[in-house]
Amino acid sequence: MPSLGADMEHGTLVEWMVEPGQQVTKGDLIAVIETDKGAIEVEVWSTGTVEQLCVDVGVEAEIGTVLARIREPGDPPAEATAPTPASTEAEKPKPAPTPAPSTVPAAAPPTAAGRASPWARHLASQRGVSLSGVAGTGPDGAIIGVDVPQAKATPARAKGSDLDAMRRAVARAMAKSKREIPHYYLSTEVDMTPTLAWLSRTNAALPPPERLLPALLLIRAAAKAAREVPQLNGFWRDDQLEMADAVHIGVAVALRGGGLVAPALHDADSKPLPALMAALSDLVRRARRGRLRGSEMTDATLTTTSMGDRGVERVDGVIYPPQVAIVGFGRITERPWVVDGAVVPRQGMTVSLAGDHRAHDGHLGARYLSVLCEHLRNPEAL
Amino acid sequence: MTTEAITQQLLELLVELAPEFETSEIEHDEDLREQLDIDSMDFHQLAARIYEVFGVDIPEAERVELTTVERCVAYIGAHRT
Amino acid sequence: MSQITYREAVRMALRESMAADERVFLMGEDVGRYGGSYACSMGLLEEFGEARIRDTPLSESGFVGAGIGAALVGMKPIVEVMTVNFSLLALDQIINNAATLRHMSGGQVSVPIVIRMSTGAGKQLAAQHSHSWEGFYTHVPGLKVMSPATVVDARGMLLAALDDPDPVIIFEHAGLYNRKGEMPDPPPKVDLSTARVAREGTDVTLITHGGCLWRTLEAAQALAEQGVSAEVLDLRVLRPLDWQSVFDSVAKTHRAVIVDEGWKSWGFSAEVSARIAEDAFWMLDAPVRRVAGVEVPIPYPTHLEQASIPQAGQVVQAALQAVGRG
Repeated sequence: MPSLGADMEHGTLVEWMVEPGQQVTKGDLIAVIETDKGAIEVEVWSTGTVEQLCVDVGVEAEIGTVLARIREPGDPPAEATAPTPASTEAEKPKPAPTPAPSTVPAAAPPTAAGRASPWARHLASQRGVSLSGVAGTGPDGAIIGVDVPQAKATPARAKGSDLDAMRRAVARAMAKSKREIPHYYLSTEVDMTPTLAWLSRTNAALPPPERLLPALLLIRAAAKAAREVPQLNGFWRDDQLEMADAVHIGVAVALRGGGLVAPALHDADSKPLPALMAALSDLVRRARRGRLRGSEMTDATLTTTSMGDRGVERVDGVIYPPQVAIVGFGRITERPWVVDGAVVPRQGMTVSLAGDHRAHDGHLGARYLSVLCEHLRNPEAL
Repeated sequence: MTTEAITQQLLELLVELAPEFETSEIEHDEDLREQLDIDSMDFHQLAARIYEVFGVDIPEAERVELTTVERCVAYIGAHRT
Repeated sequence: MSQITYREAVRMALRESMAADERVFLMGEDVGRYGGSYACSMGLLEEFGEARIRDTPLSESGFVGAGIGAALVGMKPIVEVMTVNFSLLALDQIINNAATLRHMSGGQVSVPIVIRMSTGAGKQLAAQHSHSWEGFYTHVPGLKVMSPATVVDARGMLLAALDDPDPVIIFEHAGLYNRKGEMPDPPPKVDLSTARVAREGTDVTLITHGGCLWRTLEAAQALAEQGVSAEVLDLRVLRPLDWQSVFDSVAKTHRAVIVDEGWKSWGFSAEVSARIAEDAFWMLDAPVRRVAGVEVPIPYPTHLEQASIPQAGQVVQAALQAVGRG
């Protein structure tokens, strides 16, 4: 069970897309997992044969639970038993035998529930709730009756996602961000007139399905700038900045009914623009339908958020941990601009940056914004 | 194609974008953005679909004016070949 | 309402029962001239005469057998075995005759005998004189076993036992005889079937009987001061045990600690624990715990003797473990 977000604790397997015996290649979709953030398609990272599906459809499992075994070429075939530590007892002959702690029998299915008392299991069964991920306050941390969550109010779920759960997940992530990340804020205004003119000309020559959106150019500019100022493109982990090799821009997408996701648009700096536009459309469509892929949930190296549609001038974003920056684009509006001593109307836009002051400082952030605006002013080079 | 047919077809495209709505629930003379909570990305997709279904190209500059179902239908009707 | 001792409550019952029914008589070692080794029958020989207060020879097997014989022909004997330790010499009579004659006779005869025995440790009477055999006697079908802990039960259970057509064994903890308690006026009738909630609580059920009740109530008070609300269940009737009260309490608190002076292994507390696991498993938030006698012959020196039987502190510890704070 992959961790598909900083605060994800468990997920439910809702569909297997392979069978035992099937050949898989790295990158193939293997399962669909339901999380707080919607249904996610999970890719497999090895090439080989599916040996065993360890978790049944409908089971909720903690992250880290083994979901399936893939035999790669060269591996010996393994016994199909659940992983219990039988080998440790054979390896260590002790002089004085100590009483063996009670262990889970080998045949037990690898479900998530931490040790739960009979009363807790009884209540959970009555209420139709899962014990997986529940914090236990009983002896030795066991889950007891008072820890069991109340029954869910409505079993019916919104299309593809449970919006209440998503809101809670977003709340947790944003609270964590504000608690732990020292944000600094910079902004600048950019003259988008040449950019929009270029876009207009380019789109005129393209059939409507292939036309490029201004949003795409903003993402592209942000991605290219990230290439040149790599300290804003990475993760803060273990008290240090890990700069990422690739630039995958997290695109903040508002979901119908009120959720929010920021899935990754892969290789936003290098993919040819038409392909990137198609990828962006597809990403947004799938985000709204709750069919994102696992890698899209975790790969974003830098996030952009665009509030232009909502009529907002400027966005001071909240950084999505473990990323170290978030770029905000406001609405493009006609505003007065001084050019060669005269005041002229221009299509202006406010670009803002929120940065993690642990990873980099305002100087670097300013440079990033400057580079980003330079890219926007040279759209043909995008 | 009659105005009614265009309207019906357009409503179906709108429901593609906003699946929680029924075609009968969409007001023809009210702002689409407000009714359906759709953004520029959705409009981009809508324009692409209008092109596919009606063969009508709506340039960016003119999209701004097409704020209601009635106006879209009028535009499409006027520009169909 | 008056404050009387446990011993006085027993004597009350002896006097009342003999005054009310000619068939009732008391027999045992030193019950007459001496007034009873625990003074329960003090003054009764003078009041009721030698035929009704009978000193017996030093032969448990003999006089318990004689009591069984008297019961078989229609008398209502109260046989006092000085201590449960000496009853071992009368086991064959109690188990193979008293408990079994109704069955073996196909119901033709019954044995309405009441056997009173002092039980338990704490008086430095050492290994052979400090046993707790409740677990032993409750094991036998055909016997009823009572463990009065209060003055009300000390009187009431003896009277009720005399109305029972079958053998009733009454355990009187030696440490209780001097203990004073409230006896309402008029003294109440009691049943021989139900357990009693001695203290209400919500976090853990402390299940006990007889001599251990008072230490358990102390423990409950100490637990309350630590924020743990303990319910104390005085079983009163050991066989047939009021299981419903046990399960009802566990259903409320979800945790159980059993307190019994007998040795932990293979005994009384094991049975209660097993039943809870069988019939109240799904109510439990923690494993059932037991505070019981240490597996040693009871020592003579006070500090060792006390170390080998349940103490309030141990009950507190077990309850804290059950609620996850131990």
